[in-house]
Amino acid sequence: MATQVPDRRGRFGRYGGKFVPETVMHALEELEAALNKFMADEAFLHDFQEELREFSGRPTPLTFAKKMTERLNGAKIYLKREDLNHTGAHKLNNAIGQALLAKRMGKEKIVAETGAGQHGVAAATVAARYGLECKVFMGEEDIERQALNVFRMKLLGAEVVPVKSGSKTLKDATNEAIRYWVSNVEDTFYLIGSVVGPHPYPKMVRDFQRVIGDEAREQFFNRENKMPDCIVACVGGGSNAIGTFYPFLDDESACVGVEAAGKGIDTPQHAATLTKGSLGVIHGSLTYLLQDEAGQIQEPYSISAGLDYPGIGPEHSYLKDSKRVEYVSITDDEALDALTLLSQEEGIIPAIESAHALAEAFKRAKEMNKHETILVCLSGRGDKDVHTLMKTMGGEAH
Amino acid sequence: MKRFKKYVEGRNDLFIPFIMSGDPNEQATIELAVELQDRGANVIELGIPYSDPLADGPVIQEAASRSLKNNTTLESSIKSVKKMREKGLKIPVIIFTYYNLLLQLGEDYFFALARENEVDGILVPDLPYEEGEHLRALCEKEGLALISLVAPTTSEERLQQIAGNASGFLYCVSSLGVTGVRSEFHASVFAFLEKVKKYSSAPVAVGFGVSKAEQVEALKESCDGVIVGSALIKRVASHEADLQDPKTREKAIKQIGDFAAALTAPYRTEKLST
Repeated sequence: MATQVPDRRGRFGRYGGKFVPETVMHALEELEAALNKFMADEAFLHDFQEELREFSGRPTPLTFAKKMTERLNGAKIYLKREDLNHTGAHKLNNAIGQALLAKRMGKEKIVAETGAGQHGVAAATVAARYGLECKVFMGEEDIERQALNVFRMKLLGAEVVPVKSGSKTLKDATNEAIRYWVSNVEDTFYLIGSVVGPHPYPKMVRDFQRVIGDEAREQFFNRENKMPDCIVACVGGGSNAIGTFYPFLDDESACVGVEAAGKGIDTPQHAATLTKGSLGVIHGSLTYLLQDEAGQIQEPYSISAGLDYPGIGPEHSYLKDSKRVEYVSITDDEALDALTLLSQEEGIIPAIESAHALAEAFKRAKEMNKHETILVCLSGRGDKDVHTLMKTMGGEAH
Repeated sequence: MKRFKKYVEGRNDLFIPFIMSGDPNEQATIELAVELQDRGANVIELGIPYSDPLADGPVIQEAASRSLKNNTTLESSIKSVKKMREKGLKIPVIIFTYYNLLLQLGEDYFFALARENEVDGILVPDLPYEEGEHLRALCEKEGLALISLVAPTTSEERLQQIAGNASGFLYCVSSLGVTGVRSEFHASVFAFLEKVKKYSSAPVAVGFGVSKAEQVEALKESCDGVIVGSALIKRVASHEADLQDPKTREKAIKQIGDFAAALTAPYRTEKLST
């Protein structure tokens, strides 16, 4: 059964595990113990559900994309509207879960990494709501590119720490957050943003994000009286995809994860970890990653800052090998076309990340018949991308 | 393990310097290793540069960046050990590498290279005991030491297990955090060391933050040796230009050697007086 991973050692098949310095081991043991305790604790789960409802605005709706379906003249397309969460993306589900856990563990501070700033904003948001001190590590390059999110985090009361090491982007911000955590582990909780990192992080984040799939499964069944034929989600680290797929893994629905092909997977500028990467260790986890021959980790590229991570959650590597999920890639240009199309047909501006999933879904819908259905996880809204879009599209919508 | 028997076992005054392979170039690393031996080093820890060194502070990160500019790899570094041997290096050499580099080189190839180039052991900072079973078995079979680490946060149960299976020496992390110079140690480190020594099947060496002779003096009675990384690397960085120039290299290496000798002076005064 695809749903019975990870094992006790934190392995999804051969992937995952705890490849961390000895100084981190105690913190992981402590986290695992707390997780086992509170994920079986009704009061904790009640608090989590209540916060998802009252603070994040869940359940998020399932929207039938009527005009897109008509236009493509194929499978019916449904959108799981994670863009309608508070702060504009699925990221908050996980941030709420981890912050509540941090409180239960008696930690007073949280530390997080962020690339584009979406997870950083989610972390800063929950820190404000639950009275935690918050430090967000962010690469210097990203700070420059994402000035708005940097301001948002500061407005929410978080401290944004510029990362000058390595390539000064997400992977280095993650390294720096882990280093800080190791040095301050007594009072600090590391609030990771995706289903990556050492065990138990990939499992924990999945369990906080599965609310996407759990809701969608029920909503979809109520609407169509069957399961979707195909489910599509974008994959960077892979948290919205795991959250969406996981409750469906024992069903018949085909699952498709969409990576960022950037300027093309035959160029050096992509973030297609599963398509082009090889087995290795990144941020404590054995998984596929983008690296050179000697094992130095390479800098990925995508127009979408949320997908340009050189690794991928270990559970995705496992699902790829077991063939339960198919992984494909979509280029910057294809994603931008899909983004424009959805904006104009449905009145929804999706995040560039989510537009990768949409592009793949549109391709497939055309090839499917009208009785079939596709569920797409619309993981976030596009407001954060307007600046990038203006630059790329030259200020002219078309 | 032959060299460990001769140069490490049974001693309580171990000086274990960490140097970054290829920082700022291969020749300097080779000469520095020999110089450190001449200044009393018992083991050389040869660091392999990595793009994402999670366990390291800024000083070693920067050394890795400098070295990566020379395209230093795990393979080229292991091969440089042979060159150190040709220059007269007799003490054990430990390869300090992050796990991903080892995975990409291939474990079998690593052991073949290690044999050929007279490497004595390996330390993988992101391979905790639980994930190290396979590598441990291979090291045992090949007669290489797999150096384990313990930290003040390591639980009693794991400490017994890790220390009880230590080979070569046991790397005892002085305090929380990453590698780097620290001005002083927390008082609790001594109680911790006492516990570690009780369980350890190999000499116990303390690392993370050792940068001054006073610290070596203070630790002398509580452990069997010190590991010095960032403090040395800082000297390498400040002599970078001289180390690059073949005309000034020798002098720069001697100066780094002077620093190492001054740092470990507390061991030598004892050696002289006994």
